[in-house]
Parts: sequence; C-alpha cells; structure tokens
Amino acid sequence: MGGAVIKQFCEWLSATSLSQHIQDALWVIPTVQTVHIVSIAIVMTSMAMLDLRLVGIAGRRQSLTDMAARFLPWVWVALVALLCSGTILIIAEPGRELINQVFWLKMSMLAAALALTWTFQHMLRRSKTFWDRNRAAAVLLGGVSLLLWVGIIGAGRWIAYVEHG
Amino acid sequence: MIKQALQALEATPWGTAVRENTWLFPTIESVHVLALVLVVGSIMVVDLRLLNLASRQRSVRELTDDVLPWTWTAFAVAAITGTLLFSSSALRYWGIWQFEAKMCMLVLAAINMGIFHLGAFRKVAQWDRAPAQPPLAARLAGGISLTIWVIIIALGRWIGFV
Repeated sequence: MGGAVIKQFCEWLSATSLSQHIQDALWVIPTVQTVHIVSIAIVMTSMAMLDLRLVGIAGRRQSLTDMAARFLPWVWVALVALLCSGTILIIAEPGRELINQVFWLKMSMLAAALALTWTFQHMLRRSKTFWDRNRAAAVLLGGVSLLLWVGIIGAGRWIAYVEHG
Repeated sequence: MIKQALQALEATPWGTAVRENTWLFPTIESVHVLALVLVVGSIMVVDLRLLNLASRQRSVRELTDDVLPWTWTAFAVAAITGTLLFSSSALRYWGIWQFEAKMCMLVLAAINMGIFHLGAFRKVAQWDRAPAQPPLAARLAGGISLTIWVIIIALGRWIGFV
C-alpha cells in the first residue's frame, strides 16, 4: 500500500515542469552532486575529528568543548546544504532514491547519526566535562557515530548501483 | 606506446577483477569517495586557517602537524583506489578529457602546496598565532588550494557521467 503511494508520488514528481527542466539541463545533476560531495567532505572530516577525539585516538591536546565549538557549526550548515542538494537530486530523479532500499538505509543511518550528534552536543552543553568523565559512553558514541557516517557514504554511492524505480 | 601500456594495465589481475566483478567496482569506488572527502575536508581545515577564516585561535604549525598526516594517509588510499578504478578501463579513461583535466589539477595542487611550503611556510613562526595574520602568499595558497580541490571533485564526478 505504502509502495503504491510512493510510486504514484514519484510518477507525479518526475512529470512536473521543474523535474523535467532539471532532467533536460544536463549540467544540473553533476553540479548539484558536486555540491553534495563538497558538503560531505565538511561533515565527514568534522565528524571524523570529533569522533576520533571522543574515542581518544586523536586530537588529544584540544579540549572537547573547543573542538565541538569549532566543528559542529560547520556540520550543521553543511547538513543544510546536503538537504537542499539532496532534495534537488530527488526532484530530478524521484524513483532513483525514493524507490530504492539503499537510499532508505542511508536515511535510517543518517537519522541515527544525527541523533548521536545531537546527544553529544546536548550532554556537552549540560556539562563541559560529561564526556571526559564518562569515557565508556564517549568511546561507544564516537565509535558508532564514525561507523554510521562511513556507512552513509558507502550507501550514498551504492544508490546508483542497485535496483530502483 | 601509451596505448600498449594502458592495455597492459587493463590486462592486470586487479584491472580485470575490478572490471569483471559486479560489486568490486562500486566497493572500491566507495572507499575512493570516503578517502577523497577526508583529503579535501582536511585540506579545507588548513586552507581556511591560512585564509584566517577558521580555527583562528590555533597555531598554524600545530594545526598542520595535527591534520596533514591524516591528509597524506587518506590521499594514499585515494590514489590506490583511484589506480584500481583506472586500471579497469585504462584506455577509456585516458581518452576522457575530464580525467586528464583532473590529473592536471592534482599536479597543480601539488605545485601550489610545494610553493607554499618552500615559501611563506618557512617563516611560519612569524605569523603562527593570532593576532598575527597569515601573509598574502599564505592566503593565496589557501584560496587557490580550495578552488583547485573543488574543481577536482567536480571533474571526478563528471567522469562518471561520460
């Protein structure tokens, strides 16, 4: 039932003037994908630095509060850019994403990663030393977060290679 | 002569494997993407510092000491995966102008980096910490680097559409 609704939505969306326009102007999709990748570079590098710091592998001469203050703003801005560029890509080729198991896997992992990032930021605001005092939780959060972001990138690339609508 | 070398590359065990195995190319490509976003992201951290736009409280020296080892590691992975991908269809990629342009841009990025390290970076102690501002040469190096790497990403993505 849900599948039929999504299929109808995709058919409607790909028939819209906007979608047709984007599909016809061949430069749009590669350009928007480039914006998407540059934004990924910002998010992935920032999260890698924060997560490796949480896990205790790198950046130990900086305080966690310092690093969070420096990198998280970039992450949130880049995520907005990813949302916008991602939306344009979906409008251009709705079925390629919306009728694609790997895309939905990517979105699930993204939701989980964002929840972890929010949790990290929330606890840090309540107490600057929270993650320093709760090492096990810090390592767990940092490790899972890192794995999720790597998974998101992999899933993102695999979208193009699996069966879709 | 180049044609023979490219054909030989395509015939290697790894070139053949990547070409003929349905999931190997996407997997190696995914690792390539992960590596390249870390290369570009980490270079951006340094470039933004040189442009005095971010991490202004950190010493330039300390920042590069912390970040660049990761950049080089990621670059090695990107180069290896890139070579594997290239080997799968060496003749075809060689004939694609976006691929050739991407390789040229990589060389330009290296030259830009070399000029910076042999020039302004040698006197980094003089402009290492706030409130000292990076000199014009450093800001140019940072800006040029950022531009080149975004172009490299664009060309790389474009190859996939040819």
